Amino acid sequence: MTMLTDFGYILLFIIAAIVFVAVILFLAKLIRPNRPNEEKLTTYESGEEPDGNANVRFNIRFYVVALIFILFDVEIIFLFPWATVFGNKRLIAETDGLWGWFSLVEMFVFVGVLLIGLAYAWIKGHLDWVRPEVKTTEYESKIPTSLYDKINQKYSQ
Amino acid sequence: MEITSTLFTAKAIYVGIIFAITLGVAAYSTYFERIIAAFMQDRVGPDRAGPFGILQPLADAVKMFMKEDFIPANSNKWLFIAGPCLSMLTALMTSAVVPFGDQLDLGDGIILDLQGIDVNIGILWVFGIVSLGVYGVLIGGWASNNKYSLIGAIRAASQNISYELAMGLSIIAILMLSGSLSTKSIVETQQNGHWNILYQPLGFVIFLVCAFAECNRTPFDLPECETELIGGYHTEYSSMKLGFYLFSEYINMFISGAVMATLYFGGYDYLFNDYVAQISWLGEYAYNVSALLGLVVLIVKALIFVFIFMWVRWTLPRFRYDQLMGLGWTGLIPLAMFNVVLTGASMLFTVNDGGSNWMTVGASWAGVIIMLVVTFAYSEMKYKKKKLATA
Repeated sequence: MTMLTDFGYILLFIIAAIVFVAVILFLAKLIRPNRPNEEKLTTYESGEEPDGNANVRFNIRFYVVALIFILFDVEIIFLFPWATVFGNKRLIAETDGLWGWFSLVEMFVFVGVLLIGLAYAWIKGHLDWVRPEVKTTEYESKIPTSLYDKINQKYSQ
Repeated sequence: MEITSTLFTAKAIYVGIIFAITLGVAAYSTYFERIIAAFMQDRVGPDRAGPFGILQPLADAVKMFMKEDFIPANSNKWLFIAGPCLSMLTALMTSAVVPFGDQLDLGDGIILDLQGIDVNIGILWVFGIVSLGVYGVLIGGWASNNKYSLIGAIRAASQNISYELAMGLSIIAILMLSGSLSTKSIVETQQNGHWNILYQPLGFVIFLVCAFAECNRTPFDLPECETELIGGYHTEYSSMKLGFYLFSEYINMFISGAVMATLYFGGYDYLFNDYVAQISWLGEYAYNVSALLGLVVLIVKALIFVFIFMWVRWTLPRFRYDQLMGLGWTGLIPLAMFNVVLTGASMLFTVNDGGSNWMTVGASWAGVIIMLVVTFAYSEMKYKKKKLATA
């Protein structure tokens, strides 16, 4: 049996999944009530009137992360074929053990380049997210703190 | 592939059974999730529908079917329907390459693999379908035309792609050990107790964390973080479409449990399978009995992982978003790269010098311990410096 016919079974899986989803949705459509009105169909915004279009601007960092991801994902795909031949006993035996060292060093170089890329993004601050900061107030109260201590002492007994 | 052949019929029945098992497990995961939550929080949990509440999933299903379903006026109608369908499809399709068991001998020379299909790119299929899962959430969240949904969807996409990298790198370490992308041969190299967890302690931890993030489970459930985003990407959904989103999460949990068992815990391997296959009084059925036991063993292993998913949900609080991205990019990815290098080095030292497998095991654990000590010492040093600076 060749690979191509084997993939027929994957098609079987896909068809079964599509049929399942379609049947369930159709059944649900048959038996559920359907009485829409204007209030039901408005966008939910915590009970307020929806304000403007919902396709708002979002943080640019999501975009940067997606870009970095694509670079890294492509590089990982290159590692997959390498990983399958790395421990190949025949190749190691034929080259008298040299194959392992050669491919390991090669991979070191490759992962090294990956790491430099990651370090660059890291140092440039593309991986930092806005985090909440604790701000100390500069306001100085006219009431001396000793007064508070007195009150605390009075009521702690 | 002849449509009328017995093998095809057997395969079709197998697909049906696998779907039934996945859906059944997913349905009852919702019940056990509540029971476990109740146990951990010292309450009773669902106990009204049937004895001990075991009919609760049925009651939920009926509710999902009977609820009114409305599509918001401002939404993109077709994408709104496509989102949850895509989530469900991708969740169901992953199980095609998971080897649920060894072969069954059906007589007449027909041998049925207890696996949807043994392709030589098995693990890439899992990896690819998991990446497609992002689209379901992203399309659904965008099509709702709701601010909360949009933010939830973007968070989900960003989180999933970030953790996919570390996941891919930890899979690469497994591939180095097995030398094949086929899930079946990954399991076969682990037979008789040579489970990959012995060689890959660090890789397993990375994979487990990534699985939590990919399934959007606590502590990584920021896409549906109800205190900030109401329902997250499924705020606007109701009825069966909401059911699809929730259901696909539970299916993903089960399937990722099965994948983790396959990759790290020997798949359908159990301690006495050679012994069971040779029991004399079972006669010709002994081999089939051993294969079916393997199927049960794999499902039990996957269920243990499902339990861990629930246990963690009621143990750990949710991350903050910068912590989440920090862990993914600056924690797990460097660790996973270290793991690849460590695996390569520990394999080389033993393969080239003709050492035994146990030396590989020792080398990989020693590497992890050295890494832990170095990290601990470094953070201790940094902490002391910080303390000096502030004092």
